[in-house]
Formats: sequence, C-alpha cells, structure tokens
Amino acid sequence: MIVAERKPIEEIIEQVKDVRSLLVLGCNECVTVCEAGGKKEVGVLASALRMVFLQQAREVNVGERTLERQCDTEYLEELRDAIDQYDAVVSLACGVGIQFTAEKYPSKPVYPGVNTSFMGATQERGVWVERCQGCGGCILARTGAVCPVARCAKRLFNGPCGGSTDGKCEISKDVDCAWQLIINRLKALNRLQDYETLAPIKDWSTDRAGGPRKVVREDLRS
Amino acid sequence: MRLNYPSSVRIIRVPCTGKVDVLHLLRCFERGADGVYVVGCREGDCHYQNGNFRAKKRVEQAQQLLDRIGIGGSRIRMCNLSSSDAPLFVRFAEEMHAAVMSAGPNPIRGARAAMKAAPDASSPAAHP
Repeated sequence: MIVAERKPIEEIIEQVKDVRSLLVLGCNECVTVCEAGGKKEVGVLASALRMVFLQQAREVNVGERTLERQCDTEYLEELRDAIDQYDAVVSLACGVGIQFTAEKYPSKPVYPGVNTSFMGATQERGVWVERCQGCGGCILARTGAVCPVARCAKRLFNGPCGGSTDGKCEISKDVDCAWQLIINRLKALNRLQDYETLAPIKDWSTDRAGGPRKVVREDLRS
Repeated sequence: MRLNYPSSVRIIRVPCTGKVDVLHLLRCFERGADGVYVVGCREGDCHYQNGNFRAKKRVEQAQQLLDRIGIGGSRIRMCNLSSSDAPLFVRFAEEMHAAVMSAGPNPIRGARAAMKAAPDASSPAAHP
C-alpha cells in the first residue's frame, strides 16, 4: 500500500485560510489502512477545522466525504453533484488521489492533507515500513524476496558494503542491512549459490530517473 | 455514601473507555463543552485488557490537537479509578471543575454566540 502521514494541522489551516466552504475528502484505500486519510481522519480534521474557523469568526461550511478510491475517476465521479457546494477540497488521499481529484475537477483547488511517504506495509500497529520503490525491474527472484533497491541505503546488487555490522546498516542501528537479510533468506531457502552469481547491470531507465512512467496494455484498452 | 460532586458534570456512559475515540472527544468541544474527562478503570484493571490504555493515548492525541487549534489541551484529561472508589470519583470531578473554571469557557461557544448575534448575510449554510 501507499503509506502517508498526516500533515501538521497548522499547514492545512494556512492552505485553506481564504476559503468559505471546504470539502475534506478521504480515501478508503491505503490511507485508511495507515490511518492518515480514512473516514475517521476526515472526521477529526473536519471537526478541528470547524473549531478553527469558528474562532476566527468565519462561518465556513466544512463537508466530509470519503470515497472508495480517489485514484479512479469512476469513484471521483460520485462527487459530481456535491462538488459545486465547495470552494476547495482538502484531500487526505495519497499524492495520486490528490492529483486525480484535481484533474477531475479542474476548477476546484485541491490541497493535500497528508504527506505521501512510500510504498510499504504495516509492521505493527502504528509502524509502517518501506518495501518497494517501484523501480520497474523487479529482481526479488534473485534476492530471496528481499529488495536491495528499497532496503539497502546504497541500492547495492552484489552483496553488502563495508558498513554492514552485526546485520545492521551503518546509517542507523535500527536499520537492517538488506544484504544480511538476503543472505539469511537465501541460506534458509538453501539457495546460497545464488549469492555467488554476479547481478547484471540494472536498467535504471524504468526507474523514476527515466521521467514520469506509464504502463500501457493495448489488449485492455478500449 | 451520598457524596456530592459538581453539578456541572454530565456523565456519558460507555461500555469501556476503549470505546472513546478522538472524534467523540473533539465533537464535545465542537458542540461547546468546556471540558471533558475520560474516567476509566485503573491501569492494569481493564475488563477488556487494554481499553483504558487506548483511551489514554486518544486523550493525549486530542490534547495535542486542542492545543494546536487554540482550544487548550488542559480542558481534557484522563482519570483512572476503581468503580467502587466514590471519593476519588468526587475528587476527579472537583479537580476537573476547577481546571475548567480556570481555563474559562470554551471559545467555540462564545464564537457561535457572536456569529449568531451578527450574522454575515453572505455566509454559506452551516455544516451538515
């Protein structure tokens, strides 16, 4: 899932300081799971904003809505009848949802209510960790399903660097050395010979360095 | 025991303080409450194991938010007692009453009253 963090409320207040009506728009997908932009967070933010506006002696209509997804135009279409009631939207979806909402309703300012962080998973309640950087050329088959692109600070492909100590990365004792994890995993799978094989030079053109990316499947296009 | 406690306290019963969400707490202030205190079982004595610990974290979260939006985090607190400890219940009520008296009225109530007295004709309808 895409992991996001709630923005400081002061930043959101600053963004919407001039609006007279506002829709706080949540998303039922990833940001609900990482408790940054689901229905509950929409309620909390809307309530807080109402109190802020009242203290500023401003009567601002703050609406609340949570869509199934903001990254699909079909779900965004559900807003069509309601969107005109509002001057602006604070979207608690990830950056994708925020941009799709803005593209769908070009005349409405859409402000971010979260900071989109990374693609990751819930390690435990309240802790989310990065697992994928979307490099566009998955090598997990060779690395025992531990990603050195996302989890090695140097993105190394042929074993650990000299900064690996007791299974930890030199950047922090809280960060596992990805290559230690890979070796442990290959050992458990009895595939340690894979570690000896030199990895070919990675094609980084599929990574973000190649500019904005797009996936097109002609067989699915209408 | 027939102990007295401040009549300003209005009790809202919940099955466990673990049921109380940040949103419930904020709604109280949005609707004009001057203060809210969540009274749970003693720490370690929760019938549902950790409901009161969850409530404690949520109260802290609400406290921080109320501080940042100008309502004041001192208006909300978490208390723990045994269900048979009436004198402590009274003490908590008195302490909260005193805390609210020192914090003054919830600014939201004053703001609503002021806006009602001088409505802006161009304002949109109130929130649903």
